[in-house]
Amino acid sequence: MNTINIEHLCYYYDKVQALDDVSLSVIEGEIHGLIGPDSAGKTTLMRILCGLMPTQEGKVSVLSLDSDDFMQIRSLIGYMPQRFSLYQDLSVAENLKFFARLFNVPAGERDKRMQDLYAFSHLEEFSGRRAGALSGGMKQKLALSCALIHRPRLLILDEPTYGVDPVSRQEFWQMLKQIQGDGTTILVSTPYMDEAELCDRVSLINGGKILESDTLTNIRSKWNRKVFSFSAPNLKQLFGVLEPLAESCQLFGNEIHIVIPNASAAQSLDIIKSRVEGIKYRYEEIESSMEDIFLSYMNPGVWRVS
Amino acid sequence: MNAEYMIRTEDLTKVFGNFTAVDKMNIEIMPGQIFGFLGANGAGKTTAIRMLCGLLKPSSGKAMVAGYDVRVDSEAIKRKIGYMSQRFSLYDDLSIGENIRFYSGIYQVPYKVAMERAKDSLKMVGLDLSMKVMTGSLPLGFKQRLALVCALLHDPPLLILDEPTSGVDPMARRAFWNVINSLAEQGKTIIVSTHFMDEAEYCHRLIIMRSGSVLVDDSPRALKEKYGSRNMQELFLLLAGAVNE
Amino acid sequence: MNRRIPAIMLKEVNHILRDSRTLMIVILMPIMQLVIFGYAMNMEIRGIRIGVYDYRDSALSRELVHKFAATESFQISYPQKPIGEMNRYFYQRAFHAFLIIPADFDHTMVRQNQAEVQLIIDASDPNAATMIQNYSFAVVNMFNDAERLLPIRVKTNILYNPDLKSAYFFVPGLIAMILVMISALLTSIAISKEKELGTMEQILVSPIKAHEIIIGKVLPYILLALIDAMLVLLIGKYLFKVPFVGSFPVFLAFTMLYVIVALSLGLLISTIARSQQAAMMMAITMTMLPTMMLSGFMFPIASMPKALQLITRFVPARYYLQIIRGIMLKGNGFAQLMQPGLALILMAAVLLILAIKRFSLRLK
Repeated sequence: MNTINIEHLCYYYDKVQALDDVSLSVIEGEIHGLIGPDSAGKTTLMRILCGLMPTQEGKVSVLSLDSDDFMQIRSLIGYMPQRFSLYQDLSVAENLKFFARLFNVPAGERDKRMQDLYAFSHLEEFSGRRAGALSGGMKQKLALSCALIHRPRLLILDEPTYGVDPVSRQEFWQMLKQIQGDGTTILVSTPYMDEAELCDRVSLINGGKILESDTLTNIRSKWNRKVFSFSAPNLKQLFGVLEPLAESCQLFGNEIHIVIPNASAAQSLDIIKSRVEGIKYRYEEIESSMEDIFLSYMNPGVWRVS
Repeated sequence: MNAEYMIRTEDLTKVFGNFTAVDKMNIEIMPGQIFGFLGANGAGKTTAIRMLCGLLKPSSGKAMVAGYDVRVDSEAIKRKIGYMSQRFSLYDDLSIGENIRFYSGIYQVPYKVAMERAKDSLKMVGLDLSMKVMTGSLPLGFKQRLALVCALLHDPPLLILDEPTSGVDPMARRAFWNVINSLAEQGKTIIVSTHFMDEAEYCHRLIIMRSGSVLVDDSPRALKEKYGSRNMQELFLLLAGAVNE
Repeated sequence: MNRRIPAIMLKEVNHILRDSRTLMIVILMPIMQLVIFGYAMNMEIRGIRIGVYDYRDSALSRELVHKFAATESFQISYPQKPIGEMNRYFYQRAFHAFLIIPADFDHTMVRQNQAEVQLIIDASDPNAATMIQNYSFAVVNMFNDAERLLPIRVKTNILYNPDLKSAYFFVPGLIAMILVMISALLTSIAISKEKELGTMEQILVSPIKAHEIIIGKVLPYILLALIDAMLVLLIGKYLFKVPFVGSFPVFLAFTMLYVIVALSLGLLISTIARSQQAAMMMAITMTMLPTMMLSGFMFPIASMPKALQLITRFVPARYYLQIIRGIMLKGNGFAQLMQPGLALILMAAVLLILAIKRFSLRLK
């Protein structure tokens, strides 16, 4: 059974279309990544799932409940909005207690859960500190804890790692894996392409459209291309040779990355070798990044996605 | 000190009370280089950059920027620097033209000269819009490019970018970096402060900081090879992640 | 058991106690407002410069002039310039009024048992002019009284405010205005601030209902507003010496009712306003002006055009003013204040229901 089912969802702000025929499903127990840049439609989609915005067109069901049933949905899900949305003038413990009361968690049960969450987030020693005085990474942990206090079956996280440094991001993802281990389904959005690797399945979203929804392995094999990194003393000259032969050719510092279809890779490398006579260069195959893949979906005319 | 460096520091240090934010930093940045400052929050990136901009006085050590001493000539240095932040300096309720006019005023660039430069830069970044368009109505990727145009109005030899492309779509990001690459080719020095590892890949050379110290200072490729890391993310976590907050 | 309303209340109390700056504003603003407005609005006139042209210059006429000079309100002097130059004096604001005593003053006074003096008043400030006129009449009456010359004495009997102290009149009005303004301001910010900070989004995704948020927000502020009410009452009583004839519990009960009306108005505003700033502007303009102009505070309702009189029925301060003047000056109890009390209850109910109805559990 799917935890979330979305069929042909559209959403308009006045005349601007924010979501365009979005269909996707989140399978029970998975971490599903919603990956796309700013203003791709991630926040709108998540707000509709929480019932913060109405379903204008299409069909949405969350935990087998229709989106019109949003009051019931809200008691079963945990949501972390994009901005830090806790009370900065309340302490860590006060924030947790407040959200426990909002969800009618009995007092005895609440204290037990708070202990569990402290153990999990390592926030206990800061329990008396005001939320506003926490570091960015700790704020994220507190927000996550508040979203978990009522033991939701589904966790919806809107760009939880935006602006957080990579070290705290890594810790945060480890916490998500732990939550998943307890049987909670997680839908998480992110503008960081590399976080796709940490999800069970991902949906790529851009301009209100879902470009692809699958496991990363499947997406990579469908993509069917190789990426090479070239370097040489005279990069400019090398760039001139590589550009016409590659689907994508990008300068990264002292290196040039090119993308070539799997089928023609060997052939292309031979051609390159024959054309760059006299230039000393070296190259190696590198792992394709989510950004490489995302680009080809954004620009299918040039990239001919199979 | 050698004038061929755009930036050179000798044991640059900043102490706040009993907290050492930057500890004996020694770096050399050449004209035309794209140079990355990486580090977790609180590692000292921002403090170091503020000293290089002349906004903070060093506690000890020395730093020369564009031929000026940061202790003495901070005003002269500010005229040599263009600064572009992710949390933009643009006014949403002003039009493109009005934002440009505002920044030309701040940097005392004659309006005509500024408009000429702005037109060239707008063409370079691929923004083909009327000057009357309101900034607030632009998508993020466009705003970032406009912020760059404004940072270039006074034709600074040194450009400081603070997480310039986080959040924009991959196509806009690549377009942005192509512009930065060509600016570097023209001889401008670019400093990128980021904890967004995709941006680190675009640097010629970078440092990773932790607790005020420079851990490594090399090209991304050399670093990845040295530490056997698959990508910058892995390398960063290996080095900067060893100690948590 | 529903624990959400107490949860919201507790949180609001924490916000209030933690934010020392707002707390200072809530405590200090009413005090400053009352003191500043109080002194600025003081409508007793002092130092009115009256020029006297006494063409009779007899003992009797000098006695009249002396009566004028004896009050604190008037400063008497004899202008140098002839009476034809009077306008110039007015232009220069050298005098507020002129008293002209004709040459036949004594004569007509004795012969016809009545005499005329002329009073010319600068009415460019009509309020002041009326005041000068009234005071002058009072002085003339005193003169008549003393000389026992008039067979019929005209005497105005002033009830409840025998000394015509304007403090009696403006302090209740200011209490009404300050309470409605502060209360509406408090709650209008309480919700719009959460919208601005994004915390509203986080609350909304819980199964909380609109009335729980609204009621949880109103309750703590009632207490705060009542503290303000005590403060302004104390200042009125001890600084401006306004008597308090009625019962304190009655005052408290009606003030609480009035404050609930104002807090509900604030909540309604906050469901409409897009930002904290807009909410503040709306709260101030929607409370201050109507309270000053249309509650009977500054201008008597009976003398307003019919259409405006109708509008005053929707101004809560109109009823509260009736109540508070009744309690403070006349010692009215519940029985006499039934009607305005019911009006306030009706208003509170309507505003609260509107606020709850308008409060959206979704984002815009």
